[in-house]
Amino acid sequence: MTLLISKNVTKRFGGLVALSKINIEVKENAIQSIIGPNGAGKTTFFNCVTGFYTPEEGDILLESHNITGLSPDRVTHLGVSRTYQNIRLFKNMTSVENILVGMHPHMKAGLIGGIFRGPRTRQEEKEALTEARRILQFVGLKGRGDMMAKNLPYGEQRRLEIARALASKPKILLLDEPTAGMNPSETHEMMNFIRHLRDELGVTILLIEHQMRVVMGISELISVLDFGEKIAEGTPIEIQNNPHVIEAYLGRGAASGLVQTAA
Amino acid sequence: METKPSIWVQAVKLGLLGGVVALFLSLVGMVAAFSGRYIITGVFTMGQVLFMAPLLVAAHITLQRNPGQPRSTMFLAGMLSGLTASAVLAALLLIGNNVNLRAMLINASPELYGILSFGRGVGLGVVSMLGVGLLLGAIAAGILLIPERIRGALTRAVIWVLMVGLLRDLIVTVSFRWGPLASLIRQLFAVSGLTVVGAVLVFLLVGGISYWRLGRPKQDAEKVFRQQKPAVRSLILLAIGVVVLLLPLILGVFFSEILDNVSMYILMGLGLNIVVGFAGLLDLGYVAFFAIGAYTMGILTSPELGIATLTWWQALPFALLASFLAGFVLGLPVLKMRGDYLAIVTLGFGEIVRLLVLSDWLRPWLGGTQGIQRIAQPRIGDFVLNTQQELYYLFLLGLVIVAFIAWRLKDSRLGRAWMALREDEDVAMAMGINHVATKLLAFATGAIFSGLAGAIFAAKLTSVYPHSMNFLVSINVLSLIIIGGMGSIPGVFVGALVLIAAPDLLREFAEFRYLVYGALLVTMMLTKPEGLLPEKRRQLELHEEPPAAAVAAD
Repeated sequence: MTLLISKNVTKRFGGLVALSKINIEVKENAIQSIIGPNGAGKTTFFNCVTGFYTPEEGDILLESHNITGLSPDRVTHLGVSRTYQNIRLFKNMTSVENILVGMHPHMKAGLIGGIFRGPRTRQEEKEALTEARRILQFVGLKGRGDMMAKNLPYGEQRRLEIARALASKPKILLLDEPTAGMNPSETHEMMNFIRHLRDELGVTILLIEHQMRVVMGISELISVLDFGEKIAEGTPIEIQNNPHVIEAYLGRGAASGLVQTAA
Repeated sequence: METKPSIWVQAVKLGLLGGVVALFLSLVGMVAAFSGRYIITGVFTMGQVLFMAPLLVAAHITLQRNPGQPRSTMFLAGMLSGLTASAVLAALLLIGNNVNLRAMLINASPELYGILSFGRGVGLGVVSMLGVGLLLGAIAAGILLIPERIRGALTRAVIWVLMVGLLRDLIVTVSFRWGPLASLIRQLFAVSGLTVVGAVLVFLLVGGISYWRLGRPKQDAEKVFRQQKPAVRSLILLAIGVVVLLLPLILGVFFSEILDNVSMYILMGLGLNIVVGFAGLLDLGYVAFFAIGAYTMGILTSPELGIATLTWWQALPFALLASFLAGFVLGLPVLKMRGDYLAIVTLGFGEIVRLLVLSDWLRPWLGGTQGIQRIAQPRIGDFVLNTQQELYYLFLLGLVIVAFIAWRLKDSRLGRAWMALREDEDVAMAMGINHVATKLLAFATGAIFSGLAGAIFAAKLTSVYPHSMNFLVSINVLSLIIIGGMGSIPGVFVGALVLIAAPDLLREFAEFRYLVYGALLVTMMLTKPEGLLPEKRRQLELHEEPPAAAVAAD
């Protein structure tokens, strides 16, 4: 079943076409990737899906529900959650508090509830805290809960960001370059962790990557963007051998050379 | 490696700096103005403290920055620093006695030269001054050489003698109503400053207590409190409660007035702390809500305007509602603004409110420049709360409620949403936080606290004037939050005490009050930039193993 559909999504910034008629379908329970060189429009696509940008044309459907142009908080309520290329944690809050903020959509207490802290609010807070500790353990950050987010080491900040995104119980998780700034062994670990997320929690994952090598191992389907257009889509093997993709990454002429060498 | 200037160069540099500070204090007139104020009567004046303290501090800093020097080096460096500093003052003496400086520096008077030369004429004066510099430098070195425990006790004892001597008038006035204790305290003081016996007593008492306390392991007061049995803890809380309740009776009218002011600023501080400290929305027009609370109270209770003559209690809900709504009204147009832009718009809002209450156009309803008089005071049965001491209890009641609300909200879902907005607005929205509702609630909740402060303020003065609603109030409230520590609730209390009570307590310094006050603030921000009581995050994971063990396990 298809969870997320992007139909002819076009986003312009003044004269610049950042995305041009992008069609991408994400299947439920899949791990899919969007790759492309710098400035290809990958993050712009994420921003369109999560409601930060409203595309000029096209529709974005989540479970056949049109979410185009909804505000970011509404989109999150409907089950889309994301992380950021440059980590954006709530730095001066503890790890647990970061996760608790992630649970915001599933909690109810408002001004009055917060002041009077009745039985229902207390129960809600208690459950949220238990759940937060559970998520913390799940992402391997047990014992780090009371540390300020800004004091965590880099790799753990990435994990905490994912933990925070998971806290809203998303149907689809958008990860924006989760391995940026990591060395090969850390990257490998992160890829295993992402697979683990899908297998254990059944959450659908859409991944942005800059490096092709990284996503080959775990993606079931890869879409390639270049200058705001989708230039290829297919399984990792298909993408690896696609001359358009090689050209986008290595420059014009490289593809023909490679094909000849292969032949 | 960074090359550090030698201790001798530093001694001269810091000595010059100390000398310039002493020179400054002399030439602005502080030294002369306080030469009549004795710390210990007949022995030592405040004026002498003012020009000697910089010399001592300069030598002390020199030595502290160069630890581990041999004893002889320490003494020589300290004395060099003290000598350099005193040379600056000696130079003033020499120049001043030959050239008339008063054309430019009106405080460079013969009186000042008299003080600086210890009344011995120029020649002997210069020698004495240099001798004092050498002596102070040697003292600075000596202090560092004695064991830490004794040093701590000595320093505290000296500081206390200085403070008690300086605040003589306040202490005598306050202790006036303490019955037998009053006459005892009176014995310690002369007409100006402490008596010699009094000074010795204070010195021994403080020194003794400090010596005893410094011998015990240092403990966090909060931790000690938590370790007590529940019965002991409630007893301590009860004792604090009783003291807080009795404060106006113990301290008398003058201090009750200060207490009222401090409480009013704490009320506003707690409100602005929600807006700025929690939600990160820099609001420079916060006085507007105070004005709205006060004026609503005025309009609804004063017979002068003939609009309504409700009682204070009847009008209170309306005052709170009005400020709450005003919070929304301000919030709406600024939803999309951040940082500096928000600050400017809120500043404008504050000015708009002030100009509206000042305007002739709204005079029939708001009183214009005349303000509103004859505002009702709160009454309980037949009893009217109208003195500073009685109104303190009203402030206290408001404070308890407001502090409770702020404390509860801080660790609630809404509080976390505010902090998330403060940290990163875009991400907070992506976490499902509705920034419109959340921001508006922050503005409105902050506004209601300020409105309450305004309503009590109106009752206290029984009148409101446009000029009480100026920009400086907003700045003061913001400053006290920064001094206390952004986002910290206890910080608001401490910040208000320091910022609002200090100028009143510094009345001793007369026209130099704000100079001293400014110097205090600068020193405070340099030494504790995160505030006096910075915000502490709650421990939520409650794990048993210490973080070190967790690191080792990884």
